[in-house]
Parts: sequence; structure tokens; C-alpha cells
Amino acid sequence: MKVENKFKTFSLAATWAWMFFFALLPFALVLTASFLSHSDTQLLELPLTLNNYRNLNHGIYLRIFENSIIIASTSTLICLIIGYPFAYIITRLNGYLKSLCLMLIIIPFWTSSLIRSYALIAIIKGKGVLNTVLIALGIIHDPLPLLFTNTAVIIGLVYNLLPFMILPIMTNIERLDHRLVDAARDLGANRFTTFRRVIIPLSMPGIIAGCILVFLPAMTLFYISDILGGAKSILAGNLIQNKFLIAENWPMGAALSIVLTLMLIGMILIYLWASRGNKSGEWL
Amino acid sequence: MANNVVELRGVYKAIHDLEILHDINLEIREGEFLTLLGPSGCGKTTLLRLISGFEDPTQGTIFIDNKDVSGLQPHQRHVHTVFQSYALFPHMTVYENVAFGLRCQRVAESEIASRVADVLAMVKLEKYAQRKPNQLSGGQQQRIAIARAAVNRPRVLLLDEPLSSLDYRLRKTMQIELKQLQRKLGITFIFVTHDQEEALSMSDRVVVMQEGYIEQIGTPREVYEEPQTLKVAKFIGEVNIFDGEILEARDNRQFLVNILGRQRLMKSSQPFTVGQNVHVLVRPEDVRVWSPSEVEDTNEMFTASVDEVTYKGSTVDLVVRLPDKTQVAATEFFDEDDDRLEYKRGEQVWLNWTPGWEVVLPYES
Amino acid sequence: MKLQTISRTSYLTLVYLFFYIPIAVLICYSFNNTQYSLVWQGFTWDWYVELFHDSDLWISALHSLILGLSAATLATAIGMLAAVTIYRYRFRGRGFLYGLIFILILSPEIVMGAALLILFTLLRFPLGFITLLLSHTTFCIPFVIVTTYGRLVSFDKNIFEAAKDLGATDGVIFKKIILPMLWPALAAGWLMSFTLSLDDVIISYFVAGPEFDILPLRIYSMVRAGVKPEINALCSVLIFVTLTLILLSQTALRKKS
Repeated sequence: MKVENKFKTFSLAATWAWMFFFALLPFALVLTASFLSHSDTQLLELPLTLNNYRNLNHGIYLRIFENSIIIASTSTLICLIIGYPFAYIITRLNGYLKSLCLMLIIIPFWTSSLIRSYALIAIIKGKGVLNTVLIALGIIHDPLPLLFTNTAVIIGLVYNLLPFMILPIMTNIERLDHRLVDAARDLGANRFTTFRRVIIPLSMPGIIAGCILVFLPAMTLFYISDILGGAKSILAGNLIQNKFLIAENWPMGAALSIVLTLMLIGMILIYLWASRGNKSGEWL
Repeated sequence: MANNVVELRGVYKAIHDLEILHDINLEIREGEFLTLLGPSGCGKTTLLRLISGFEDPTQGTIFIDNKDVSGLQPHQRHVHTVFQSYALFPHMTVYENVAFGLRCQRVAESEIASRVADVLAMVKLEKYAQRKPNQLSGGQQQRIAIARAAVNRPRVLLLDEPLSSLDYRLRKTMQIELKQLQRKLGITFIFVTHDQEEALSMSDRVVVMQEGYIEQIGTPREVYEEPQTLKVAKFIGEVNIFDGEILEARDNRQFLVNILGRQRLMKSSQPFTVGQNVHVLVRPEDVRVWSPSEVEDTNEMFTASVDEVTYKGSTVDLVVRLPDKTQVAATEFFDEDDDRLEYKRGEQVWLNWTPGWEVVLPYES
Repeated sequence: MKLQTISRTSYLTLVYLFFYIPIAVLICYSFNNTQYSLVWQGFTWDWYVELFHDSDLWISALHSLILGLSAATLATAIGMLAAVTIYRYRFRGRGFLYGLIFILILSPEIVMGAALLILFTLLRFPLGFITLLLSHTTFCIPFVIVTTYGRLVSFDKNIFEAAKDLGATDGVIFKKIILPMLWPALAAGWLMSFTLSLDDVIISYFVAGPEFDILPLRIYSMVRAGVKPEINALCSVLIFVTLTLILLSQTALRKKS
């Protein structure tokens, strides 16, 4: 009994201690900082204020935020459109082929996302592969000015985040009870109706999970928008980075971080609501 | 008088205000094969876990070898459990699995080697010592699970529904094997099952449980032929239940009973008073059915019409209907007297049973 | 049926091409004998040679390696302890802890990076190897916990009771039963942590100091400065290393099970 309790106490203490110091405490600090002010000499100082949040609501901050949401939403949507069929097809493969295909998606995931985004530059720049091929095929005459635009950022985000949409959807579809699909077909539904009224609702938790894994990172992977979008593309992530490390306006950066966290919590709640009573909603 | 290896006195168990076991008093004799029998939720597994030490009783005492074992850990009690899922360690070989308990007790390796070899020989799996559990069949895994427990020479072996995940044929084979193994090992077995056929075929004694109570303890024959409560009678085997009334009490524990409009003399060890309402229980295989052409003296018989006929291979199961609409189940066996056993639905038949083969119990609503 | 197979196969192929063409192009250009043009000018090892002689880069690589090994090991140790504890014991706040881990995995890295920066600055802790190590370990632990816990849950619960029944103490159960059975999950968790640490840009950006240079940050500044062929060579090398690691781990894990 004594030894058992020692092990339990020790590991519990270690776990809680680490979680407290490096997760809870820092987050509490961010929360506090979002209500503080700053000056030239002090990164954070009293008085407490709501100004940081008020500032978010207009001017350049609002525009950047809106822009981030638009770009992130577009990327998420594209990931969903490309990723869902992909996930569906793969789950229908059998054993060996399925593992192989799965492996082929995961391999890029293991290589550095920074490197892969960099690789995109060579493809989409003015004299890049894409333009060269399109011109050679006669589809366009002048090169598309893709680099350093929002479009480039979207391409980069989709390129990096597509696996994160595919995997949760795959897990979800795998756990789908296919007898339900058979039952629907048996009762007379054609493929389209079955898809619309049985498969999609049942795979909703997977879809939402995929969206969570794509949308928020899309707003905050600042190096992608930096490399591919340059100064023209400032997303929420770049803004936070700027506030903390360049402009040294920590309270502002903190307020932005809190807003993002609130968005995360909102999305998790949506996920939990969508997967209530749904066994195939467990994708972790 | 055989020694009581396990004794439970006044044991209650409640979890979060939910009463699971009530007033359990049980004496288990050394060397016997005892079965705890009951439907799911009756508390039989909880009772097993109380004996093994994985749970503590809310009230009452448990004795193993006349020692109060309250507070003792499972491995300190010299009883071992064979789990329903076998719980073999998947990453260890058969040898290492069986040797595990001995190693925990720091027995010398040389002794371990010989004891493991002995017990593996007993379960006829000596050649499998170096295999891993996932290379064995279900029945083999089960024997290894038993070997792993038995090699430690426990006083009692507790088996929690060990056969329920096996298919029908394998179950039948394993039932016989387990019984033989128990005799060879000479250890007391406490066996838990919900399958009454299993309990009857394997046990020296059966403990019938329902909803946390012990309904009856007895040999398989006692429990089947002389159920003491309606619950036991209904749980074990099929039974027909008739209403009756005590008319007279006679010597030798005999009673005159009014049943289905006739008067019958019946025996019962229970004390009944005149006028008391009773249940008369007759098992289907004790009911004899005759077609009118087969019998002459039908004075003592009951008339009935055939509702359902089911051919079962070795028997024919009948459901016949009495004039007062009561349905009676009857099982007829093919034998020299009755080698055809053909009945048609709607046919009129005569019904009877051998006096003395019925059981009389107090009336329960 | 055939049409379906063709269309499905084409779709899959297109997506895979989308994934792999940029990488393939990158590797090709690393051998391209030209400084700026993207037209093929002939094969050369020059950029790799230049890479080889870039000592600063070697130092960053070494730093990243040390950091990755340390963070992965530390995260695996703590994560394993946490997972076993959550699995085995009932304690107050168990649900909260599990929810916290869940949220940590989903949180945008930038929030964690900023939060840790505030923490370290307030504590007047100098930014460098230690802060990097603590931060990397922190974001790796949830992944280890999830991998390990997932495996623990797949165990037959009765196995632990059987071991206790046969006389094993908690220590014996941990050493002889839990660890060996958990091995593949721990290895997977370690590898995942190692990779995450090696590739991390965002959190490192916030908590790295001027002294301890790490590879991803180096690459980032190189990329921002402009396209250099040396970067192509560097990236190709890293891709190759990662692929080898994956292949090794797959064969090793397949042997174990």
C-alpha cells in the first residue's frame, strides 16, 4: 500500500506541477497581460484596462483580423473539399494499399513544414514551375503573379494543413457503421441521398475536428504567410508575433491571443455538441 | 466432517448505496467443486471478488482456512483467480506467464522450472512452453490461465465464467476437462456461471443466487429435483406451475391437494396448513402425454388439446392446453414404448405425471 | 465499376502529386548548376559542398539535435508517467487534466509561445537552451500522453488484476508488464516528439535566445533573406534524413511487434 501510494503521489505531483508551471500559469499570465498596459520602459504595467480589446475592434486590427478569418476560412474550405473525398476513397481501400496510401500522406507531415512551404516558392513564383508549365501548355500567356499574394498564402496553408483535415475525417469514416449505409440503400435511397442524409451527418464530428485542426493554425502559422505572402499578407499570427517581438506591445498581443483561444474553445464546444451521442465522434 | 476452506458469515456488499449482496452465509468444503449460479447482475462475480480480495465486504467476515482475511491483499490469501478473458500477459511466453507468480514469491529458478513443467504436463501443454499467448487457441489459453494460477498451489481456485467465450463444442469438452483437472489437482474450485446446464454437469454443489441473495445451496440433484423456492425452480430448467389448495394434512408429510379440479396426494417437507394456497411444480419431462388410443383408465388423468409440437431430435416438446386454458409444457422421449411420438395440433390427449415427482411450494403472487 | 476505380485512382494520384511535386522540385534544384535561374543548367554538387563548409549551420544542426534528443526523452518520460497515472488511478481533477491535455494539443502554437515568453521574462529567466528545452518538452508531452494512453486503454484490464493476484507489487507490474507492453507506443511518442522539436519554428521563435541557435530558425532567416541554392541543398538533406528516420522506425517497430 505504501509503495503504491508513493508512486501515485509522485507521478501525480510531477504531472500537475509541470502542467501548472508550463501550461496553466503561462496562460493565466497571458490573460492578465491582456488587461494591462505598457510603456516605453515597461513591457507590462498597470493600470488595468480594456483598451486592448477595444482597439481590436477597429482600424487596422479589425481589418487584419477579418483578412485572417477570410483566408483561414477559404483554406479550410478548400482542405475540406479536397480532403473529404480523399479520405473517403482511402478508407474504402483494403489492407495493404490503405496502409501504403496512409503512409504516403504522413511522410510529408514528418518533414519540416517550413521546408515544404519554402519548396512552394520555386513552384509558384514568376519563373516557377507552375507558370512555366502553364505557359508551355498555352493555358496562359503571362505568368500569374502568385507569390506574395493572399492566394499564395492560401496555397501554402492548404499544402501544409491538408493532412490535418484528411486524418480526422478518415478516422471518423473508418468507425462509421457501414451497415447504416447498407440499411439506407436497402430502404431505397440512391447513392447521392445516402451520402447527403446518412454519411455526411455521421461524419460531421470528423469534419469539425478537421476544421479545428486547420482553421486555427491557418490563422496563426505566421511563417507561411511571411514567406509566401510577404508584407502584403498579415494574418493574426503575424500580428501577434509583431506585437510581442517587434512593436513590444505585449498587452495587445496578449489580447489577440485570448481572442484566438476563445475561438478555439468555441470550436471545441461545437465539436462536442456535434458528437453528442455519436460513437464515431471520437477521433483522438 | 470435511474442513471448511472458505467461510462467509453475514456478508453484505453495497456500492454507492446500491445493495449488491445481502446476508451471505456460505461454507465451502475443501476439495469440492462449487458453482455460483445465477443470472447477470445477481452478484455472483462480486461474491467471487470478495473471496479473492479485490473487493472488501461492507459488512460481515470472510474466513479462509479459519483465518479472518479482512484487509488482506489478493496474493496474501492463497487463493487465485482465473479471469473470463484469461488475462495472459501477451508479451511473455507461456513459461514466463506460468512462472510469474512463483517469481513474485522469489521461488528458486530450479524449483520454478520443475513446477512449471509439472503443471504444464497436467494441462497437456508441455510442448507450448516457449509460445506466446496469441499463438494459442482459446481453449489452450484457458488451460494456461488455469496452470498459471494452479502452479502457485492456492487453497482455492476462483474461476469467473471461464467458458463463456468458447463455442458450444469446445465448452462441452472444456467442462469435462476442467472437472478432471480439478480432481487431479485436488484444489477447491469456486466456479461462476450463468449457464445452469454447465453448473449442473460440473459441480459437487451449486449455490443458486438471484438479486444478491442466496436462494438455495445443494447438490445438482437437490437443486433440480427439490427446488426450495419458485425462483430456483424457474431458473433451473423448465417447469410447469399449477395452483393448488391444501385439503388435508396426513402422516408422513403427505398432503391432499386440490389441483385442476382433482384431488391428489403429494409429499412435501414444507409445513403446510389446511386451506393454504400452494404452487405445484411439474417439470416437462415428468409430464406424460397419451393419445386416447393408448390408454384405458383415464380416471386420474387430465384432458388437454395439443397447441404446439416441436421436434427436437432426441425429444418432442409439446405445449398442450387444459380446458381452463392453462398451457402445459411436456417433453416426450423416444424409447421402446413410444417410438413414434406423432402428435397433431388440435389433437385431444390425456395428461398425467407420476405421483411424487411433483414439488409443492408455498404460494407466491 | 471500372470508371469509379479510374476516377478514384486519378483523384488520389493528383493529390499525391500535389504533395510531392514541390519536394521533388526542391531536390532537383539543389543539384542545379546555377545561382538564380530556375532553368536547368546542369548537375552539380556545389551547393552541397558549400553546405558542408558552412560551420554555423553545422552548429545550429548540432544544437537542434541535442535539443530534440533531450526534449523527446524528457517529454516521453513525463508523458508516460502522466498517462499511466491517468489510466491507473482515480483522482480529483482527472477529467480536468485530460481536458487540459486535449486543449493543449489543439491550441495554436503561437499562443503557447507568447505565454511562455511572458513566463520566462517575468521570471527574468535568460532565453536560451533551457527555455527551449522546457518549451519543447511542454508541447511534446500531450502527444506522448495521447499515444501512450491510447495504447494503455487497449489492454485487457484483467491483466493488472491477474498480476496483483499472483503477487506482483506495483513496481513489478510497472517494470515487467506495463513497460514492455507499452514499448511501441513510447517509441512512437518519442519519435513524434523528436520530429516536432526538430521542426518547430513558432514556439522556438518566441523563446530562443541569441546564443543557442537552432536549425529551423536559421533556415527561416535564410529564407526570408532570399532564395539561395544552399538552402535547397540543406532542405534536401533534411528531407532525406527525415525519410531515413521514418523508414528505420517503421522497420524497427514492425520487428518488435
